[in-house]
Amino acid sequence: MASIFQGVGTATTLSSSASFDSNKFHPSSRRSLSERKVSFLVVRSDAAKMNPGLNKIGGRADQLVTNAVATKPDTSAASTAASKSGHELLLFEALREGLEEEMERDSRVCIIGEDVGHYGGSYKVSKGLAPKYGDLRVLDTPIAENAFTGMGIGAAMMGLRPIIEGMNMGFLLLAFNQISNNCGMLHYTSGGQFKIPVVIRGPGGVGRQLGAEHSQRLESYFQSIPGIQMVACSTPYNAKGLMKAAIRSDNPVILFEHVLLYNLKETIPDEEYVLNLEEAEMVRPGEHVTILTYSRMRYHVMQAAKTLVNKGYDPEVIDIRSLKPFDLHMIGNSVKKTHRVLIVEECMRTGGIGASLTAAINENFQDFLDAPIVCLSSQDVPTPYAGTLEEWTVVQPPQIVAAVEQLCR
Amino acid sequence: TLLSFVLSAALLQHPPLHQTYRFDLSIGHKTADDMALARRSSNLLKPLSTASSSSFLNRRPFSTDDSTTITVETSVPFTGHNCEPPSRSIDTTPKELMTFFTDMALMRRMEIAADSLYKSKLIRGFCHLYDGQEAVSIGMEAAITKKDCIITAYRDHCIFLGRGGTLLESFSELMGRQAGCSRGKGGSMHFYKKDACFFGGHGIVGAQVPLGCGLAFAQKYRKEDHVTFTMYGDGAANQGQLFEALNMAALWDLPAILVCENNHYGMGTAEWRAAKSPAYYKRGDYVPGLKVDGMDAFAVKQACKFAKEHALKNGPIILEMDTYRYHGHSMSDPGSTYRTRDEISGVRQERDPIERIRKLILAHDIATEKELKDIEKLARKEVDEAIAKAKESPMPDDPELFTNVYRKGFGVESFGTDRKEVRATLP
Repeated sequence: MASIFQGVGTATTLSSSASFDSNKFHPSSRRSLSERKVSFLVVRSDAAKMNPGLNKIGGRADQLVTNAVATKPDTSAASTAASKSGHELLLFEALREGLEEEMERDSRVCIIGEDVGHYGGSYKVSKGLAPKYGDLRVLDTPIAENAFTGMGIGAAMMGLRPIIEGMNMGFLLLAFNQISNNCGMLHYTSGGQFKIPVVIRGPGGVGRQLGAEHSQRLESYFQSIPGIQMVACSTPYNAKGLMKAAIRSDNPVILFEHVLLYNLKETIPDEEYVLNLEEAEMVRPGEHVTILTYSRMRYHVMQAAKTLVNKGYDPEVIDIRSLKPFDLHMIGNSVKKTHRVLIVEECMRTGGIGASLTAAINENFQDFLDAPIVCLSSQDVPTPYAGTLEEWTVVQPPQIVAAVEQLCR
Repeated sequence: TLLSFVLSAALLQHPPLHQTYRFDLSIGHKTADDMALARRSSNLLKPLSTASSSSFLNRRPFSTDDSTTITVETSVPFTGHNCEPPSRSIDTTPKELMTFFTDMALMRRMEIAADSLYKSKLIRGFCHLYDGQEAVSIGMEAAITKKDCIITAYRDHCIFLGRGGTLLESFSELMGRQAGCSRGKGGSMHFYKKDACFFGGHGIVGAQVPLGCGLAFAQKYRKEDHVTFTMYGDGAANQGQLFEALNMAALWDLPAILVCENNHYGMGTAEWRAAKSPAYYKRGDYVPGLKVDGMDAFAVKQACKFAKEHALKNGPIILEMDTYRYHGHSMSDPGSTYRTRDEISGVRQERDPIERIRKLILAHDIATEKELKDIEKLARKEVDEAIAKAKESPMPDDPELFTNVYRKGFGVESFGTDRKEVRATLP
């Protein structure tokens, strides 16, 4: 069981590896966040000032070691490498662990959403938290997304750190006004007076025959809102790390989970770790082609990668994780190495994350590309109910294999 | 009605020395409206009691007299819904009366000046003016502290002033200068003052109501003894998110006071054309409500005091302020296509909040007419000075485009559209 750190402001020492600086993990929640220097990856499209192999984030701050573990080819090995013994859990339990640790650490963290309290969360992410923290900290709301998202933002303006859960990301379309205008833009229009440290999270993406309205990919709609950050988790390890980072961030963060990934099992470290919100994850280094993906498509890509390796290709697979802003540093280094890019995403063809990523890579790394970027995305159709049709609209591993073969001709 | 005005005007010229006096203006009044009007003006000229009648003879310097208590009555009684309305009699002091007058005169001046600045194209975009409604802001401030939160929509210039904002910050923000309260990046609809718990300043109609309930939620979460005044208009009262937020506020007993500033027109649509039930104070159903004359600063003060006590104990309450705006919805709206000029001037004559205070001051002999005119002149001068100073403030620098998008920790370089100009490192 991951040790949950008690004691605000106490410097507890960790027993494990030296890559953690325990003193700096627990700034007092009473101390204003402005005193904490949070390190964020400086994304530079051209300079290779950062050694990608070294994951200590230099420059601005070293108060918070945000990338706890060096990214190695095999993430499961990486996650256990730093700890002597991890513990195995499912993705939704990892999210819950992250939530619980942060709620324990900072009393201003609260959860607002439908069925999060007594029911325990429709995907069990907040199970057990309401009996522990009370009804006000794990707030069951009526079905009024617009209003409770607005309430969460108002509470954040007053200094609380709410986590707003949409039972399904698609329902947050009802709260679009609040997310766009009040969440994203308030820091700007108030000249910096108010910060909105909310986390808006929920499951999205295409599930198993859930129907068109419950299979939406909201990342494509939210991506142009200025002032917000978007991250997508894909493994229990990065789910917990990104959840914690999102809660600690002073900016509004939208954390995209996926309905089909909640039951993924993985061993994660016992020690506390927080990941960098703006960093991508190197899933499999390679030489021939860069495959950029996120969320559920990562697994389709890895499945295709097995086939590709058997066929003699060496794909480099990067889970971009940070949907806004893109980690152009890691992506750029990869493009400079392989010169071919394939983007595999679940968003629709028009206006999705893949479309923006294509534009960003073309703009920044034009000279390094040997071939036009190929972007595999879902079709521009509402997701049908029929299983075969639904399979057709989402990118499948054979299509990825075919695309790589085409690209590497 | 002309008779009553002539009478009252004549009487105002020569304020009597003795304290208790009554004017009987019932002669020749036949209609109910006339009776109401007579009641209103007679109430103004009929102070009921003072603590010390002898001090009346030696007129005190108005700005410092805090000890004399004057009791005034509101123009109309409160109407309650699911609650017992508070009393019509309110205690005040000469100092408070003079403060009301000075502050309202300043607000009125500021709005008129903003009107002319807009017409000379120094203020662009949308400009929603508050003149006519000053009593709501003033009365509210008199009843609460700076730790109680206020959040409103886009008609926020005077509320900002009431919360302690300066004229310079106001005008600079309206003109988009650096000295503005939001550094020139918000504009007319985005005035904020965090240290005075003024949360803006919102452009989308009704979106501030859930935010306000969120503020109240945080107050309850932190077990603070403060309340949130969430203000909206009669137009926004038809928004669904308002009822969603009200439901939640009532469910969890949040200390939220919803204040409907009913100026009878939602943009260009009269309230009877937009709302099936224009009794906005009753719309809360299970939530108690109070209807208040929003042109009477003392009625507003009493209602807000009552509401604050109620909200801290029992949860949300709705206050409907019956008020009026002289300008149109915004500067692009002449304001006369959906209402008659007679109506506007009628309200200005009969219900103007500043005139009401002026009559009270004169009736109680707290200041002379000339002194009041001097105060107005001073307000004009202050406003002109602030405008001059605001004009000197520079426009924001180009890199300001990229500041405050995110809250620190984002060391990304940012470019303009052609990737060559306006480079800035986000803070």
